[in-house]
Amino acid sequence: MARLLIRGGRVVDPSQDLDGPADLLIEDGAVAKVGGKIKPPKDAEVFDAKDLIVAPGLIDMHVHLREPGQEYKETVRTGAMAAAAGGFTAVACMANTEPANDSRSITEHILAEARRHPHARVHPIGAVSKGLKGEEMAEIGDMVSAGAVAVSDDGKPVMNAELMRRALLYAQHYDIPVIQHAEDLNLSGSGVMHEGEWSTRLGLAGIPGSAEDVMVARDILLTEDTGGKYHVAHLSTARCLELVRRAKAQGLRVTCEVTPHHLVLTDEEVAKSGFSTGCKMKPPLRSERDREALLQGLADGSVDVIASDHAPHHPDEKDVEFSAAPFGILGLETTLGLCLDRLVLPGIISLSRLIELLSTGPARVLNLPAGSLKPGMPADVTVFRLDEPVTVQASEFRSKSRNTPFDGWTLRGRPVATFLAGRRIELP
Amino acid sequence: MARDTVRWSRKDLLGIAELSPAEIELILDTAETFREVGERPIKKVPTLRGKTVLNLFFEASTRTRSSFEIAEKRLSADNLNFSASGSALEKGESLVDTALNLQAMAPDLIVIRHRYPGAPHMLARRLKAGVINAGDGAHEHPTQALLDAYTIRRHKGRLAGLKVAIVGDIEHSRVVRSNIHLLTKMGAQVTVAGPRTMMPVEIEKMGVTAAYTLEEGIRDADVVMMLRVQLERQARMAFPSIKEYFRLFGLNAERLKAAKEDVILMHPGPMNRGVEIASEVADGPYSVILEQVTHGVSVRMAVLYLLSGVHEEGG
Repeated sequence: MARLLIRGGRVVDPSQDLDGPADLLIEDGAVAKVGGKIKPPKDAEVFDAKDLIVAPGLIDMHVHLREPGQEYKETVRTGAMAAAAGGFTAVACMANTEPANDSRSITEHILAEARRHPHARVHPIGAVSKGLKGEEMAEIGDMVSAGAVAVSDDGKPVMNAELMRRALLYAQHYDIPVIQHAEDLNLSGSGVMHEGEWSTRLGLAGIPGSAEDVMVARDILLTEDTGGKYHVAHLSTARCLELVRRAKAQGLRVTCEVTPHHLVLTDEEVAKSGFSTGCKMKPPLRSERDREALLQGLADGSVDVIASDHAPHHPDEKDVEFSAAPFGILGLETTLGLCLDRLVLPGIISLSRLIELLSTGPARVLNLPAGSLKPGMPADVTVFRLDEPVTVQASEFRSKSRNTPFDGWTLRGRPVATFLAGRRIELP
Repeated sequence: MARDTVRWSRKDLLGIAELSPAEIELILDTAETFREVGERPIKKVPTLRGKTVLNLFFEASTRTRSSFEIAEKRLSADNLNFSASGSALEKGESLVDTALNLQAMAPDLIVIRHRYPGAPHMLARRLKAGVINAGDGAHEHPTQALLDAYTIRRHKGRLAGLKVAIVGDIEHSRVVRSNIHLLTKMGAQVTVAGPRTMMPVEIEKMGVTAAYTLEEGIRDADVVMMLRVQLERQARMAFPSIKEYFRLFGLNAERLKAAKEDVILMHPGPMNRGVEIASEVADGPYSVILEQVTHGVSVRMAVLYLLSGVHEEGG
């Protein structure tokens, strides 16, 4: 029997209200025991976690791995390496590949690639509609049987309310959430940044917060009608969060995620950075008022998940005028550091709450056997250091791309190791 | 005097937002010394002899481009024009590559007009040459605001304390943004007026008052600036018809009475007669519209001179 003892760390596992010094014994890829001092069995390998945090493996439930079709931006291999380097043991990848992941064969292709490069678990998210066209429903059941864990047309919203309603009904057969990129395309129009003081000052076309709000309001009504499971991707406005809060209070199956960049940056950054395309993404960086509301939502429990919306783009694509650049920034290799430095150390949320947002929460939303170190669970573990300053160096990223606004930032806290079913991930 | 202590130290002129009042005055005062050149029989000085200026107009322009060209020629600079059609950009070259190629020819100054906000800033970061923003999308058009200020100053003797009304398509206007920065920095009171569908959100945060009728906007104004309705920039029509626009915000002689008796009327051009402005006022006694164009040359000469650094080399 293969045994591993992760010894002497501070184990933080919100799934069992655990936060304190403890040892973690892993046997044959599953958690065997967690608690006080465990005497290492004779044949056990020992990982010394002194001064380190030991947590259930982190899950980034919103990434773009770009394969198939845009392998010059990212691949399943480089994406999985970036995940491991960033302290993640699992990712869920969006369907807006080329061709879109709207069928069993694409889902299987992604999973086959992931098996060849087992640096992190990869959970494909299938498309809601064929070709992400927002017209006909994709073969959701077939994709789920191949391994898809949710459906989403992310990158694009499901604009058609009737299709959304149908998806919310149909996805219930497989008990999976419908994840919405909430954006009313008529309202967002040709906008490139948040509509507010800064879009006015900079003369850039704005994307009003209401572009997101009206979509979420509509979808919540449809969720109420259908009893479906609805998840808001990258929620970014105060009003949207209020809508989600009310839906939860009503008992609807509505969840949401926020990104680290919306928690750390605001629209003013577009001006401060001198029109840097590293500040261009959808939804756009919002106002300070929105940012504060999101922080409040982390603290009061209305936000379920922090997800990065890791969106690789080639430097040539981003090194253009702000208005001409594609939307999206990287996230896998900066998320943990940003969360530790900007959320936990300043005391906005506890470490345990952070682990809930990065591990237990996404596992619950996607119904994955993860996010917990209870005995019997697969031993996916993330080990990190809380209070050590590290400077973000995009040039050192495992991702193929470099599009981050955080290059050069010094963050306190960094991933040290990840374990997948008890196996330590060593990157080539 | 304050201006004696201010030295021009910027490589680029990207916008008014980052300028100090002293820098603005320095440009306006320098323009004053160049004005006289345009009144000579031989309108040329050797100031920029041996300097190369590239005019990069990625967006159509007649007035601003000609004004820069004339200013460059009057300063004896060698200039070269480069416009969007037929350019490498149209062939798919990126702005950065275009810039690097131009840099390889070692120009001293680059004048750029581009439809995207921030394009000149991007060039400025990459290039050794000084960059002059001749209009970037709806962001800034600093030399326009400077020539407007110069024109106002010549008529009113000052900027501080004046009431300036800017009327029209506020949302799509770079002229309005540069003017707001300049006029508020110099102590003028600015009111912007236009249809609600053409008013950018939170404009008051730029230090102005917003008005939604023409009368309210221009009441007791010392200066009325009419903006062109940029029909071509509207992805979606912000008003149902030109007739309706004129009914709400078109300026005619009767309406202009709401302003001060000695009001001056300005327009950055090109005008849409009968859309935002009636010919009776455009060509009327209050209009200084053509003077603006004349002063544009002096102001641009001043900017070219200050950015070229020749005043440093000489001293």
